[in-house]
Amino acid sequence: MMHNKPLDNISDDYRPAAMVYLLSALAVMTVAALLAYVVLSLPPVAPGLTGHVAAQMGQSGVSNPVTAVLLNFRGYDTLLEMVVLLVALLGVWALGDVARHHETAPGPVLDTLARVLTPLLILVAAYLLWVGAHAPGGAFQAGSVLGAAGVLLLLTGWRPRIALIDLPLRLILIIGPAAFVAMAAITLLIEGQLLTYPVMQAGTLILILETMAMLSIGVTLAALFLGGQPRDIQNK
Amino acid sequence: MSTAFAFALVGVGLFALGLFALMVYVHLLRKIIAINVMGSGVFMILVALAKRSAEATDPIPHAMVITGIVVAVSATALALTLMLKLTAASGRARFTDD
Repeated sequence: MMHNKPLDNISDDYRPAAMVYLLSALAVMTVAALLAYVVLSLPPVAPGLTGHVAAQMGQSGVSNPVTAVLLNFRGYDTLLEMVVLLVALLGVWALGDVARHHETAPGPVLDTLARVLTPLLILVAAYLLWVGAHAPGGAFQAGSVLGAAGVLLLLTGWRPRIALIDLPLRLILIIGPAAFVAMAAITLLIEGQLLTYPVMQAGTLILILETMAMLSIGVTLAALFLGGQPRDIQNK
Repeated sequence: MSTAFAFALVGVGLFALGLFALMVYVHLLRKIIAINVMGSGVFMILVALAKRSAEATDPIPHAMVITGIVVAVSATALALTLMLKLTAASGRARFTDD
């Protein structure tokens, strides 16, 4: 295995012939022209589904239309997107374990930065989650910020403790999709339809779902950065 | 021409640039970045065209783009891992005929 020099030679890229360049450029320009034509031929004024969403906002439990669409009107899509995230991580895990981690002390700048930024990023994530009910924000943005905090920690050489990587990690990874599926099952029993919340409780239910989704999204993104399944052999 | 269409055309441009890089370059890292640029173009078209009426912005494309970005990041991570495994196995970060 040549694992120690994975990406040494970006110059490995052999140059295609000038003819290939020219033909590709021509083909791409044709595609771009056609796409531009299609875009410009769309109706210049089109409110889309704005009206439909605005008419239903009162029943959604939140006042930010994007959050209402994500977590209420199209909750089914969001459920499946959580599953896509999980499947991507399973794909990465199926390809192998985390490469052996050599412990090195981070430089003073990275070290201090990580110590200052990590709590701040967690705070920002919580704020984004909360503000999502009535302004731009929500589970995906908050989850991305959490994921960034995780990546920053991993860059400093921090690794989760062995006790954390088996059951606790897996639980957090599936808590988002699991909460969605549970909510879908409960609403199916109560309201007779998947993810149709009772109007009075919609706001609370959305906040619970978003919190679980944020945790799963953040931890999944950070776990993807590891590039393999963490196992306890890495520290032996 | 309204700003919505100006931005949508920029999105078309990004898509075309990404497509060109995807076709021309052989190194897999470049191909993965090219696909990401194409995706950004699509996101830009969606977000730009969501604002086509004076009063409000259509929230549906915005919701699609938010989830799309996170899904694109995770798909990119999977692609990068596949590329690293291929490089480790074959010694080259590109597809070969043999």
